[in-house]
Amino acid sequence: MEYFIELFLSGLTRGSIYALIALGYTMVYGIIGLINFAHGEIYMIGAFTAFIISTVLSIYGFPLLGIIVLAGLAAAVWASAYGYTIEKLAYRPLRHAPRLSPLISAIGMSIFLQNYVLLAQTSDFLPFPELIPEFDFMEPVAHIIGSSDLVIILTTAAAMVILTLVIKFTRIGKAMRATSQDRMMAMLTGINVDRVISTTFIIGSTLAAVGGLLIASHIGQINFFIGFIAGIKAFTAAVLGGIGSIPGAVLGGFVLGLTESFATGYVSSDYEDVFAFSLLVLILIFKPSGILGRAEIQKV
Amino acid sequence: MLELNDIHTYYGNIHALKGISLNINEGEIITLIGANGAGKSTTLMSISGITKPKTGEVLFRGEPIHGKSPDEIVRMGICQVPEGRHIFPQLTVQENLDMGAFLRNDKAGISRDIDYVFSLFPILKTRRNQPGGNLSGGEQQMLAMSRALMAHPKLLLLDEPSMGLAPLIIQQIFEIIKKINDEHNTTIFLVEQNANQALQIADRGYVIENGAVSMHDSADKLLSNPDVQKAYLGI
Ligand SMILES: Nc1ncnc2c1ncn2[C@@H]1O[C@H](COP(=O)(O)OP(=O)(O)OP(=O)(O)O)[C@@H](O)[C@H]1O
Ligand SMILES: [Mg+2]
Repeated sequence: MEYFIELFLSGLTRGSIYALIALGYTMVYGIIGLINFAHGEIYMIGAFTAFIISTVLSIYGFPLLGIIVLAGLAAAVWASAYGYTIEKLAYRPLRHAPRLSPLISAIGMSIFLQNYVLLAQTSDFLPFPELIPEFDFMEPVAHIIGSSDLVIILTTAAAMVILTLVIKFTRIGKAMRATSQDRMMAMLTGINVDRVISTTFIIGSTLAAVGGLLIASHIGQINFFIGFIAGIKAFTAAVLGGIGSIPGAVLGGFVLGLTESFATGYVSSDYEDVFAFSLLVLILIFKPSGILGRAEIQKV
Repeated sequence: MLELNDIHTYYGNIHALKGISLNINEGEIITLIGANGAGKSTTLMSISGITKPKTGEVLFRGEPIHGKSPDEIVRMGICQVPEGRHIFPQLTVQENLDMGAFLRNDKAGISRDIDYVFSLFPILKTRRNQPGGNLSGGEQQMLAMSRALMAHPKLLLLDEPSMGLAPLIIQQIFEIIKKINDEHNTTIFLVEQNANQALQIADRGYVIENGAVSMHDSADKLLSNPDVQKAYLGI
């Protein structure tokens, strides 16, 4: 039973990270109908920014809490700057082009950013400072759940709540919902759609950067390639939940995280990715629109 | 109030508007009639900034607006109810109305206008919390017009508001268009295939053929014009 709980909690941790990244895929898809293949790289750049800031700050002996906050802010701002710029340079000029063009542009951006970080940094794994210490109050349950797992799960939950409130109640949130349902009509009600699209990229990038910081500190190392695998997994989660659906991305993230955790725990850890992608194939066969997705309405 | 001077609009290589010129005065109801594919919707979209004219100018109260973005044009007081209504399907009736008031901040004024559109279309009040996508065609048309009214437009562009509706509802919609014009002095530019009813409430009318204005006269004269009767009134 204890083993079951342990696997469940580690599944939640994985699922949280997948969900944080999947939200970026699903929100961008919901607004402009594009799979932003460079999103995994945004996550990676967030992790690298956090790496650089936290390494420097720990050399100067900053307290851990200060390091986390500053590294998190820097990662969010820097990743958002990348997300914003990528949309402006690589996707906006292609907005009226055939659907395949921005998709290819996205793949190009992803490859470009990976190689750019590879050249600017190194291909080796770099040690990421442990930002989340083992809390004393966690001692009694430490054999089941680590402190950083707890922080990851709680941070993700908080991010989801904030995002939900923003989308439901704020002006920009309403503009985002309207734009995703009918872009032309959104323009005709006076919404500046360019600004809505930019904001969507900024929100998605911020969530990915937070995920990048948390998981890098949890695992303890990063390199230029971490965005690729995480990106594919999170994309799988988004499709699983129903791409375009925000609750779907969260649900898909947790379903994927738990599946991987239980499958590796009870079956074999050699086939981790096989389980994840088998799940995707099954969903695509039996419910192509995803768990919470609607059947696609072809827009004319 | 609104003046189009020789505008040409293209979809890729398709030359949809071939030099449209017209003018609308403050407080008028002007109708634009024409066959399918004549360029009526494109004219409205060119005014709203969705399909930008390649050449020619659009002046609103003397100010050129053809270079402005759609949201800036709405901000100036030009609102459109597009063909096919374009209700936000997953937003409730109330939220659709809120979207119409997107650029406004005056809470008191907004709730007064909500009451006003509910008085025009009481059925919407009973559907308030239903998703817009669940409404019938007629109800969606009422919601689309109400949503545009929530922006307090100075100029209201209506694209075939009677399309696909039962005769009784059409009658009601035309009465309300007249009423909005009377009560708020809202200038109205009405695109219609239902030429007979449109001309009955309009002050003047333009006839568009193949992307160009072929006729322009007072509504009464157009109603009694034999060519118009033959081509658009089915007489
Ligand atoms: N998105 C588009 N792409 C290409 N051509 C278009 C597009 N929209 C309209 N057209 C063409 O432009 C011309 C004018 O179309 P428009 O929609 O303005 O006509 P309309 O008078 O509103 O017709 P209807 O009464 O059927 O609504 C038509 O020849 C049409 O085929
Ligand atoms: Mg039309």
